[in-house]
Amino acid sequence: MLRERKLGRGVAVVGAGLSKFGVFKDKNSKDLFTEAFQEMLASVDKGLEPKDIDALYLGNFTNDFFTHQAHWGPIIADLIGHTPKAATRTEGACASSGLAFREGVFAIASGFYDIVLVGGVEEMSKRTTSEVTEGLALASSPYEGQIGLTFPGCFAIMATAYFEKYGATRQHLMNVTVKSHNNARFNPKAQFNLSIRDIMDSRIERARSKGEPIPAWKDEQEFLLDPVVNPVVSWPLYLFDCCPISDGASCMLLVAEEIAKNFTDNPLHVAGIGQGSGLDLHAVDDLTFFEATRHAANEAFKMSGLNPEEIQFAEVHDCFSIAEIIHLEDLGFCKPGEGYKVVAEGITKLDGPKPINTSGGLKCKGHPVGATGTAQLYEVWKQLRGEAGKRQIPNPNLRVGAAHNLGGTGGTCTVTILERR
Amino acid sequence: MTEERPFSDITYEQFLSEEKLMASRCKKCGRLFVPPRSLCPHCQSLKMEWAQMKGKGRLVAFTSIAIGPPFMVKEGYNTRHPYCIGVVELEEGARIVARIEGVAANNPETIRIGTPLTVQYLHQGAQGNLKTFLAFKPV
Repeated sequence: MLRERKLGRGVAVVGAGLSKFGVFKDKNSKDLFTEAFQEMLASVDKGLEPKDIDALYLGNFTNDFFTHQAHWGPIIADLIGHTPKAATRTEGACASSGLAFREGVFAIASGFYDIVLVGGVEEMSKRTTSEVTEGLALASSPYEGQIGLTFPGCFAIMATAYFEKYGATRQHLMNVTVKSHNNARFNPKAQFNLSIRDIMDSRIERARSKGEPIPAWKDEQEFLLDPVVNPVVSWPLYLFDCCPISDGASCMLLVAEEIAKNFTDNPLHVAGIGQGSGLDLHAVDDLTFFEATRHAANEAFKMSGLNPEEIQFAEVHDCFSIAEIIHLEDLGFCKPGEGYKVVAEGITKLDGPKPINTSGGLKCKGHPVGATGTAQLYEVWKQLRGEAGKRQIPNPNLRVGAAHNLGGTGGTCTVTILERR
Repeated sequence: MTEERPFSDITYEQFLSEEKLMASRCKKCGRLFVPPRSLCPHCQSLKMEWAQMKGKGRLVAFTSIAIGPPFMVKEGYNTRHPYCIGVVELEEGARIVARIEGVAANNPETIRIGTPLTVQYLHQGAQGNLKTFLAFKPV
């Protein structure tokens, strides 16, 4: 039984910034973080003197491998003029900046620091797909990586187990993909900010202009069933079930609740945080859920006093389409085995009762792994402040949102609940 | 001299190269671990014993991988020639991830969860740098 948790003192979010996500041959990690940092500074309503930042926590998974450069804490500290003050890198695979956020919260809650910058960065696209696959597999279990199991492979294995247990099919995964693209269409920072229909139209247009046979897809499902445009990566997962290889950075400004009004009249409060860890694939008895997510969610719900129904919207770690379905269940938004039905019913659409991944998710926004945790919270920030533009959730009483960040195959997981009071 | 070897990953691989699939069993709670563990994560006991697995099991979940890491590409696997990896539940109860040979990786729709499997040892590499991969194939 989990003990009820609380912070030593309250923590508020008063600023957030995000670089554009994508494949940038002409930008490195420093350029990307600069973009996020600039937006964060501009987002602090009453202004921030950057010299007042007490500490930096920076999530990065494996730039060591991707760029042959490690030790990114001080590199970014130097970039933003933060030295000689504390700079700490956090590593939790794809949950690296979920951890950075959490460490920042603890640093303030402990009373030690008042103003903390948290964020993340990853620069992946300068390697080949095969090399990135190998780099990401650094977060898998030693036994599993060595025999050739990849990350798409791990989630594909979970997909076959899920299909077998609950009767879902590949068509149900497609519903997640179509929904993510519909949301990303309204996110100018997304790597793929266009709907599946937009992609179909541009392919048809291209074929027409080249005098090639015009594809005859009837609808989005038919397009996704076409192996030419949507080839298999790791069966039953296809290209459009998988998040892309991305570059990007994100950051957020955390302050002690008692000084939040010095920065903005519209702060967000950290209502709940939770973290879990998990086992290798071969060691779990049931491959259709993540124990780490359930634990992290439970911790966050206990701290906040909220229940899953009270979370109005969430960003969840949809590294693969099947993952989004499983997370809906693990976060308690629906019962085990019902995630795929909930998506099919449209409940998770932007205008549905429980919008999920309004940013387009990892699938469409992009997944520069170390930047993802705080990028998800950036979306929660935008939505709760009513600044999400065309993808703003059509609910005038938006008050509570959550982000769920997952590293490895559930090895590290964080759940964070933000609230407007 | 089985009993004298440490319960480690290195020993596990040595056993694989000898074509033995070995587990460690906690003497306190009886749980079985493949690969072997020296410390029981359930009761934290350090009292372990070796148990040889029969090498029989069934397929619990799987994937057919078209895009693999560089070392698999070097082995000749690619989108036209995918490879299968699955979770196998051994007769003794423990689970292990392994290559699945002898199935139609090109036609994964035909591969059935629950398929009975038997162990196969894949010895690869040159003299002095031999490595054995754990695999299973349909009975």
